[in-house]
Amino acid sequence: MTEVLRAENLTRVLPGEVPVPLVRGVSLSIRRGEFVCIQGPSGSGKSSLLYLLGLLDVPTSGKVWLDGVDTSAFGEDQLAQVRLEKLGFVFQFHFLLAEFTVLENVVLPMAKLGRLPAIEQRRRAEALLVEFGLADHMAKHPDQLSGGQRQRVAIARALANEPLVILADEPTGNLDTAASRMVQETLKTAVRAGNKTVVTVTHDPEFARAGDRMIRIVDGRVVDAGESDGGEAGVVDADGGDRAR
Amino acid sequence: MSVPLGLRIALTHLSHRRRQTIMSMLGVALGVAFFVAVSSLMRGSEQDFIKRLIDSSPHITVSDEFRQPSEQPVMTAYAGGAIALRSLKPKTERRGIRGYKEKLAFIVALPGVRVAPVLTGQAILTFAGKEQALTLNSIIPSQMAGVSDIDEKIVAGTLDAVAANPNGIIIGRGLARKLFLGMGDNVSVSAQTGQVRTMKIVGLFSTGATAVDEGQAFVLLKRAQAMFERTGRANRLIIQLDDPYAAADVARVIEQRIAYRSESWQEAQQSLMSVLLIRNVIMYSVVSAILVVASFGIFNVISTVVLEKRRDVAILKSIGFHARDVRRIFLVQGVLIGALGSTFGVAIGYGLIAVLSAITVQTPELTEPINMPMYWGIDQVLLAAGFAVLSAAGAAYIPARRAGRVHPVEILRGGMA
Repeated sequence: MTEVLRAENLTRVLPGEVPVPLVRGVSLSIRRGEFVCIQGPSGSGKSSLLYLLGLLDVPTSGKVWLDGVDTSAFGEDQLAQVRLEKLGFVFQFHFLLAEFTVLENVVLPMAKLGRLPAIEQRRRAEALLVEFGLADHMAKHPDQLSGGQRQRVAIARALANEPLVILADEPTGNLDTAASRMVQETLKTAVRAGNKTVVTVTHDPEFARAGDRMIRIVDGRVVDAGESDGGEAGVVDADGGDRAR
Repeated sequence: MSVPLGLRIALTHLSHRRRQTIMSMLGVALGVAFFVAVSSLMRGSEQDFIKRLIDSSPHITVSDEFRQPSEQPVMTAYAGGAIALRSLKPKTERRGIRGYKEKLAFIVALPGVRVAPVLTGQAILTFAGKEQALTLNSIIPSQMAGVSDIDEKIVAGTLDAVAANPNGIIIGRGLARKLFLGMGDNVSVSAQTGQVRTMKIVGLFSTGATAVDEGQAFVLLKRAQAMFERTGRANRLIIQLDDPYAAADVARVIEQRIAYRSESWQEAQQSLMSVLLIRNVIMYSVVSAILVVASFGIFNVISTVVLEKRRDVAILKSIGFHARDVRRIFLVQGVLIGALGSTFGVAIGYGLIAVLSAITVQTPELTEPINMPMYWGIDQVLLAAGFAVLSAAGAAYIPARRAGRVHPVEILRGGMA
């Protein structure tokens, strides 16, 4: 499998009187079609690492390679364009636009990208929502949906522009068991059907077990790269040593 | 046609904050309405004033005086010499424009120019034991009609009647009322020279201005020349132009040729024109201030929206919206408020103009009521709307820029905040 996402010695320090290190020298490689879960205690830097990998945040040092392209020299606009074209996000809270309908929320990234004509954007959004069992809720607003339904809408929105990688930050963290399982299945379906790569932060052990690989992070450092890297990719520590295997 | 995405989001934000949006729009609308109404009133009164000025007074007046005293022959003969003249007594001349007929011929040959000679002097009109001082304007009716609208102000008789009856006099209706005079009445008119004539009222005029209607009268030029003992003289040449605004240039040409002082209406009313200019500056400053205040309302609304929509901004940025897309969304909201407010403001403004134009005013100086003079031109509307939209965009720019700088991670970390 080809590498789709690579971090090279990523460090993120929050500036201030007392600088706070969030991520410390993380290097890792994620392949196309992988379902990777990032686990770790609260405050260990899981979400910070995810935001760096998702180009939402800029590392203090280190590089992120996406689809073979070094993004370290990209400006804010270029990063936004890459996010639009190649990445999809799902957050713990659904983060849907409250004033827009479910369908409009899913259409939004496609409308911004503007590759498809409006009618095609709508058709694709409808197909995604039907696929995720939301056919009867398209005209509703987010506040008329349950937590699980909202999260499935967020996944549909994340998939709208057919991204290479979906990054999810505790997508089931706010859901009951049934809804959590449904979201988990939805993400897995997306990976299988569209050959997507999913990188998700989770506290849920069951969710973590469902992934192809689990990366454990403690105090901003990767301590375990998981068991299923197949020998080719994995986690490389700051010194370049292959600790994951 | 589909609505652009940024505009759709902007419209959604505004429509979900309907009350605040309407209030800020109302602020702009009132600002624009007052701007349009006050500007209309000021410019209307200015135009009315200038029109009255142009209509009621000559565009150019050639008077029997010189701007510079004429040079003494000795100065010409010994130019450059060391000459000092002391206790010089200039030659006594009869007042009036010498050879006015030749000068008339030159002036009348200029394109778009009409001219009439006038001999003006002070006289006392006596009737039934009452006396009234007045300015006697002696005219040639056929020429006067071309340079003055006095024939349109005649309410009884005609201007030509003074030509038909050399002892005829046309007086103002105000004077007629004051002295209980009527058409056909005989009055006694005494000139400064001591000459007294009995004259018959052959016409009445009404200009609406009390000072004119009670203090001016018209008689035949030849009759007045005899009364004022200035045979063959006129003391003013009244000139009207097809283009009143060319008066300054034409006056310069005439003065260069005939040497007598030629004064355009602009020169004669220079101080008044300066007052009008200052008045306009004050007026536009005040009405613009209203719009600036209204733009603070927009600033507040957009700032609040930006504050409330920080989460949405973070979502949009995580999706892939650029900072400039986000800025544009909030800038568009300001411009929309400004544009819609302006539209309503123009409508309200024109309503105010209509109401104001229906108001009639009667002052002691006016013998007849007049309507408030209003200006209906589109330029003031464009100025008000343009200024309002620019102010609105300016007011929205700061919060829009702030929105563009929102760092999504800070918001997304905060969860539902």
